[in-house]
Amino acid sequence: MPFKSDLGWSDVTPKALFLNRRQLIAGAAAALASPALAETLEPNSLEDITSYNNFYEFGWDKGDPARHAGALTTDPWSIEIGGMVDKPGTYDLADILKGQPIEERIYRFRCVEAWSMVVPWTGFALSGLLNRIGVQPSARYVAFETLLRPEEMPGQRDGSFPWPYVEGLRLDEAMHPLTLLATGLYGEPMPNQNGAPIRLVVPWKYGFKSIKSIVKITLTDRQPPTTWNILQPSEYGFHANVNPEVDHPRWSQASERRIGAGLFGGRVDTLMFNGYADQVASLYAGQDLAVDY
Amino acid sequence: MRDRINATARRVPTAFLYIGGAILALWLLFAAVQDSLGPDPVKALEQGLGIWALRFLLASLCITPLMRAGIRLLKFRRALGLLGFAYAALHFATWIALDMGLRWGQIAGDLTKRPYIIVGALGLLLLLPLAATSWNGAIRRLGAAAWNRLHRLAYPAILAGAVHFVMIGKVWTGESLVYLGIAMVLLVLRVPQSRRIPARAT
Ligand code: HEM
Repeated sequence: MPFKSDLGWSDVTPKALFLNRRQLIAGAAAALASPALAETLEPNSLEDITSYNNFYEFGWDKGDPARHAGALTTDPWSIEIGGMVDKPGTYDLADILKGQPIEERIYRFRCVEAWSMVVPWTGFALSGLLNRIGVQPSARYVAFETLLRPEEMPGQRDGSFPWPYVEGLRLDEAMHPLTLLATGLYGEPMPNQNGAPIRLVVPWKYGFKSIKSIVKITLTDRQPPTTWNILQPSEYGFHANVNPEVDHPRWSQASERRIGAGLFGGRVDTLMFNGYADQVASLYAGQDLAVDY
Repeated sequence: MRDRINATARRVPTAFLYIGGAILALWLLFAAVQDSLGPDPVKALEQGLGIWALRFLLASLCITPLMRAGIRLLKFRRALGLLGFAYAALHFATWIALDMGLRWGQIAGDLTKRPYIIVGALGLLLLLPLAATSWNGAIRRLGAAAWNRLHRLAYPAILAGAVHFVMIGKVWTGESLVYLGIAMVLLVLRVPQSRRIPARAT
């Protein structure tokens, strides 16, 4: 049994971090040092972010997670960290968060279905946790796993899907400072439908890479299997970098619809690496991104 | 029971269907403009119009089998077909203007490259000559036999609509497969009859 700390994970995300929207935007502008881009980073409303979710553990409809995720128990919560690490073990969430500086990060979120949002996450760099656990030199990939608990996740009773959901990153991607373990949004604890209590956020990749409600992290030397790639290898690659030039076989990725823009919002051009090319393009130098989609 | 349905049907004017269809479409459009269709009004409108197009068209396919069961609703068939076409046309217009945002390059690309869009477009294209010949004068001018032959295009058109629906999902969901199943059953019911027609002609 995981040890139950009296320090709930919500205590670690103090209310003081609840900045108002203007401050959030200012923070994003500073982080990006690019006023033109920062201008577009007006966060979506909390209602948009919490009522329009792909979290198939709770159902296929985008409204299902908001309807059904209330039943999810997120406390106690622990993550089993193993594989090529120095300090493997099952860590209680409070222990995982210990010493990690919780930051506000306003990121674009681009779904592979060609819609997008802007989300004000709170969380800490995944690299912080990995450094603390100690990554062994032989490790090259990080594998993640979502909770498997059909009693609380009605979508998991559908046997046509290979539960639990699994995802993975290359180690250099996992160590990148933009890669976040998010524990909340809008300064509040993570809503269940958004992947409570802790989820990955990789802003330059399609949303399905940003695995939710993580219970297992494994360091490995081989590229781990990932759920959508298992289901449809021709449509969903391991890398899944946002790339306007590489279409999904069934739709174009050149543009996206912004959720919250309303009925006449139209489309905006999708940016290479979702607008984070300056920070991450060098990770893929020499790679053919049409092959490694 | 059957007689009661037939008696009621005789009294209900077909205008009720047109009015009902128009109200439903206006309500959808109004809700979308009012922003009460959730965070993504464009998809909600597009999907609402698409699913109702398919429902009206499937309903129009039910008329003949029901007639064989003694339920006479023939006078509603044209209205159901036309409503299906009108919804499909609005669905297409929503896609062009609101979903694609009039990005003509991308529209042209999708219409030629994306199988589910191509199948949907094929369905709409097949419905066009049917809608255009849905008035009494057209039946007279074409002659009943030619008109009947032409209107058998409804079968591939509706099949295309249902297949289009199935092709959209990231994974196959039960709902679209149920619609495809219903379409298949209604089409299979046609098979013996369409075999009978040439037999009778000889
Ligand atoms: C050029 C013609 C057409 C185009 C471009 C088109 C395009 C689309 C698009 C983009 C969607 C939404 C996909 C999504 O959910 O992301 C859709 C859904 C749909 N379309 Fe079409 N479509 C066309 C014709 C038709 C026709 C003729 C029918 C019916 C007879 C039809 C029935 C449907 C249905 C039932 C859905 C799914 C609605 C739902 O998810 O509940 N479409 N179509």
